[in-house]
Amino acid sequence: MSINVTKICSGFACFAVFAISVSAQAPYKVPRTPDGQPDLQGFWSNATYTPLERPNNVTKEFYTPAEAAVAEKAAAARELAETEPGTVADVHYDFTQFGLDRSQATLARSLRTSLIVDPKNGRLPPITEEGKKILAMRAEEAKRLGGRWDSAQSNQLDDRCIIMAGPGPPMMDAAYNSNYHIVQAPGYVMILTEMIHDVRIIPLDGRPQPSASVRQWMGISRGRWDGDTLVVETTNFNGKNPLRGSTENMKVVERLRRASDDVIEYNFTVEDKSMWERPWSVEAVMKKTTGPLFEHACHEGNYGLYNTLVGARLEEQQKATGGAIQKDSK
Amino acid sequence: MRKPFLARVTVLASVTCVAAAVTLVTAQTPGYRAPRGPDGKPNLNGIWQAINSANYDIEAHSAAPSPVLDLGASGAVPAGLGVVEGGTLPYTPEALKKRNENRANRLKLDPEIKCYLPGVPRATYMPFPFQIIQSQKHVMVVHEYAGAVRTIYMADQTEAPADSWMGWSNGRWEGETLVVDTKGFNDLSWFDRSGNFHSDALHVVERFTARSADTLNYEVTVEDSKVFTRPWKMSMPLYRRVEPNAQILEFRCVEFVEDLLYGHLRKQPSQ
Repeated sequence: MSINVTKICSGFACFAVFAISVSAQAPYKVPRTPDGQPDLQGFWSNATYTPLERPNNVTKEFYTPAEAAVAEKAAAARELAETEPGTVADVHYDFTQFGLDRSQATLARSLRTSLIVDPKNGRLPPITEEGKKILAMRAEEAKRLGGRWDSAQSNQLDDRCIIMAGPGPPMMDAAYNSNYHIVQAPGYVMILTEMIHDVRIIPLDGRPQPSASVRQWMGISRGRWDGDTLVVETTNFNGKNPLRGSTENMKVVERLRRASDDVIEYNFTVEDKSMWERPWSVEAVMKKTTGPLFEHACHEGNYGLYNTLVGARLEEQQKATGGAIQKDSK
Repeated sequence: MRKPFLARVTVLASVTCVAAAVTLVTAQTPGYRAPRGPDGKPNLNGIWQAINSANYDIEAHSAAPSPVLDLGASGAVPAGLGVVEGGTLPYTPEALKKRNENRANRLKLDPEIKCYLPGVPRATYMPFPFQIIQSQKHVMVVHEYAGAVRTIYMADQTEAPADSWMGWSNGRWEGETLVVDTKGFNDLSWFDRSGNFHSDALHVVERFTARSADTLNYEVTVEDSKVFTRPWKMSMPLYRRVEPNAQILEFRCVEFVEDLLYGHLRKQPSQ
């Protein structure tokens, strides 16, 4: 008999749900779509202050509700400090006003001290020898690209509007806009990520993975229902958007199960023998939020990248010419 | 706003209905009844694609050389008989001038070249597949090109909260037909590579109707009083991608255009 203990939190009033899979009655009857799939549809958020890895000064797996409230408050305060008047961050943006922090988000709270549950210490596994070489090569490549303002390509992927945290897989808190819209049709689960309107279309018909020659930023996903749980396996990553160091050989297995009207349990395992000595696993939560999602046309409105490059070139010109500035012609 | 527009369309429709019946390229196959989804609505789920040269020019056009010399025949323009009912777009004189300027400066101005979102209806007939994912509350249209996505609200319908590239779509079923009413566009997308354009007053009504198991009839009414003298229509069939392994793949083109858009701002080695 297997017992699955799930801690469900509403605010910080938490209670445990015991799902005894063999004998007892299920605590929550997962609604069905018209074609009989477990229904995951709706708008969900995975915004969280819970870190992926357990902080160094914490040893236990769960906070008490009181401790969790303190940890959340401290994390929110650190976030807010970024916009303290007079700081560079404040000149850049008022994060809170424009929803660029979590202060307006639907928080997917958990009492966990880290999202990682395996290894047991809540930290990523040790990096392999091959992994160390790959990380060193990446550092060399970054040096070759030069300073951040030397070219568009030397900026971070999110500044370039290529891909952000959020769509994954695995789907992770993106600091802001950590919102998702799930729609199901016979044979498919679709997950729209607010960040750069990235869409995952997961076929459920058991088709095989395509050739390893087809590589994508978000990999290629195949799904199936295991009872009420959607299991999604993703490979064929292009490796250009490393998750904590991952490579193109990463395999992600996600498990989504609706635990209540307001909560999807979202667990996943990451395996990448090129980087880590063993797989690592996360137990996270997606919390129901209010829609709709609005179009996040990131690249189309990417004045930030253009302006910072223009600024950097003008600064160089000023230095070279002692002050004279030529206008950009394009 | 609403009543006068509908009244105008009604008058227009009654005046031109005989002509329309003749000129519509893809009249619905009479009597075809689409298979029903589990909710009893016509099932339009699937991966679809237009097969025509409308993305080059929605009006009739001859074949033409590539605007980029190096691409030779591979970048040349295939001819097309056009998808616009009546053949010619009813531009105002000023708008026609702008269209011609757009066309002359296409390499600098076409949003497709910059990997910008394609807008509507252009997204539908770009040379990429798109997938319809149909639920009761939302019909999603997910395009391969630039990962463009549309949410069609079948319930909880509201006005557009702000202007956007893909607009704000509300849908309804009229018998066999999914009718999608889209407003709230910005004025930045084009209809094709030939500079045909619209303003932020664009109002698009699309009608998706199954005409056989593997084809849809796609009819569009476009209204934009800042650019056109009257509403106009286009229509075309859409074809199901029937390969058993068909799927929408990534065409994340932002990285493909970075040197084009920002290359001139690259730090020179000497500096």
